[in-house]
Amino acid sequence: MREVSVQRLTEAISEAVILANTVMTPDIEARLQEGLSGETTPVARAVIGDLLENAAIARAEHVPMCQDTGMVVVYLTFGQDVHWIDGSVEEAINEGVRRGYRDGYLRFSVVADPLRRANTRDNTPAIIHYRLTTGEGVRVDILPKGFGAENRSRLAMLKPSDGQAGVERFILDTVKIAGPQACPPFIVGVGVGGDFERVAELAKEALLEPLDQPNSDPLLAEMEARLSVNINDMGIGPQGFGGRTTLLGLRIKVGATHIAGLPVAVNMSCHSTRHLSFPI
Amino acid sequence: MSPLSRSEGAVRELALPLDPAVILSLHAGDRVTLTGPTLAARDAAHQRMHELLQAGEPLPFSLDAETIYYVGPSPARPGAVIGSAGPTSSYRMDSFTPELLALGLLGMIGKGRRSREVIEAIKERQTVYFGAVGGAGALLARRITRVESVAWEDLGSEAILRLWLERFPVVVINDAYGHDLYDDISGPGAADE
Repeated sequence: MREVSVQRLTEAISEAVILANTVMTPDIEARLQEGLSGETTPVARAVIGDLLENAAIARAEHVPMCQDTGMVVVYLTFGQDVHWIDGSVEEAINEGVRRGYRDGYLRFSVVADPLRRANTRDNTPAIIHYRLTTGEGVRVDILPKGFGAENRSRLAMLKPSDGQAGVERFILDTVKIAGPQACPPFIVGVGVGGDFERVAELAKEALLEPLDQPNSDPLLAEMEARLSVNINDMGIGPQGFGGRTTLLGLRIKVGATHIAGLPVAVNMSCHSTRHLSFPI
Repeated sequence: MSPLSRSEGAVRELALPLDPAVILSLHAGDRVTLTGPTLAARDAAHQRMHELLQAGEPLPFSLDAETIYYVGPSPARPGAVIGSAGPTSSYRMDSFTPELLALGLLGMIGKGRRSREVIEAIKERQTVYFGAVGGAGALLARRITRVESVAWEDLGSEAILRLWLERFPVVVINDAYGHDLYDDISGPGAADE
C-alpha cells in the first residue's frame, strides 16, 4: 500500500490548469503549421497565422490562449493499493482548480446552478471522473473545456441497422451543423457504444488522445482518416471563413454496448483544446 | 502585428463610433480594422438589458451609435490592460439583438452565424456584424489599449466594460445589404437550428 497526500493533487492541479491554458500542445501546433502550408487564400492563411502567433504570445506572456479558460474536467486514475491521506480527494481537486484559476489570472466561467446562474467566482466545481486500476500508481488527466465548441456537441441513440454508415453520417452532420460557431479548425472526439452516458464519456476521452499517433484499431484508424478528408472537403476552413483546414484531428473511442443499441456521441472541440497528463 | 490586419488583400481602417455612411460601403468578406471605443457585453449582460427594456426602464448607458463586442475577458495580469479577450459565439445574443438595434446600436463584433431575424434586422437598420478570430484572445488583447468599467460589476467576467480598440482586425460577416459571408462558404443556413 502507498500513502499519498491529497495536497499533492492540489499543488499539481493548480499548476497544470495554468500550463494547459497558456501553452498549446505540440501536436495541435504541428497540425496548424501543416494547415498553413496547405492554405491558398489570404484570409485562411491570415487566420491560421493569427492562431500560431496567438499561441506564441500566450506562451511568452503566460496569458491564456483563449479567454474561455473552460470548465475543468479531471480524470483521476489510481491503483486500488493507494491510500489517500490529509483530507478529501474531491476537495483537494477543487482547491487545485480554485488556486490555479486565481493565481493564473484565468477566467471564472462556472455557475453554481444552471437555472439561477450565479457565478461561483473560483471556477469550481470541476467535473471529476474517478477510475480505479490495480497497483499503487496515480495519474491525472485534466481537460479545461471551453463551451463555444462544447455547445455544438451532439449525441444520438442509433439503431444497430444504422451501422457504420449511420455513425459516419451523424459525425459529418454534427461537424457541418457546428460550422463557424465552434471555432474551426476543430478537434473532434467521437464515442461509439456503451450506453447513454458512457458514450458521451468516450467522446470526451477521445479528446485526450494525441493527434500524432494513429488509432491502434485498424478499422477506427481507417474511419478517422477518411472522415478527416470528408470534413476538410466541406470547405468551412479556419473560423468558417473558407479554406482547406476545417479539422486538426478526429479520434474515435468505442465501448461494449447492448444488442439493441448503437449510441454515438460527438464532442466538438476547438484549436485551443487543452489537456495535460501527469503522474503523482 | 496580426496577419489579419496586414496589408495583403486590402484591409480598410475604420474608426469607431461607426459612421452610417461608412457602414453602407462595407460588404460581407471585407477585411477591416477598428479603432475607437466599444462596449463589451455577453450573455448575462444581454439578459439584464432585455429585462430592463421589458420593464420599460432605461439602460444605465446609451447604445446610440455604439458597437458591442461579445467578449468576457480573462482577468488582467498585473501591469496588463486586459487578459485574453477574443470573441464569444454571437448566436446566443440573437434573441436580444433586434431590440438593441432599435435603440441605435450600429455594430457588433463576435464569431459565428446569426439568426435569420438578426440578419434581417441588420439589413433593415443598415448596421453591420463583424467576425473576429475566435481563440486568438492573447493576440487580440494587444489591440485593446484601455478598459473601463461601465455597469453591472456584479456579473463578474460578464460585466459591461468600455474597451478602446486600436486597429483591431475583423472581417465583415453580415452587411447592410443582407449578405452573409458564411452562406457564401458553407451554403445557406447550415447552422440555423
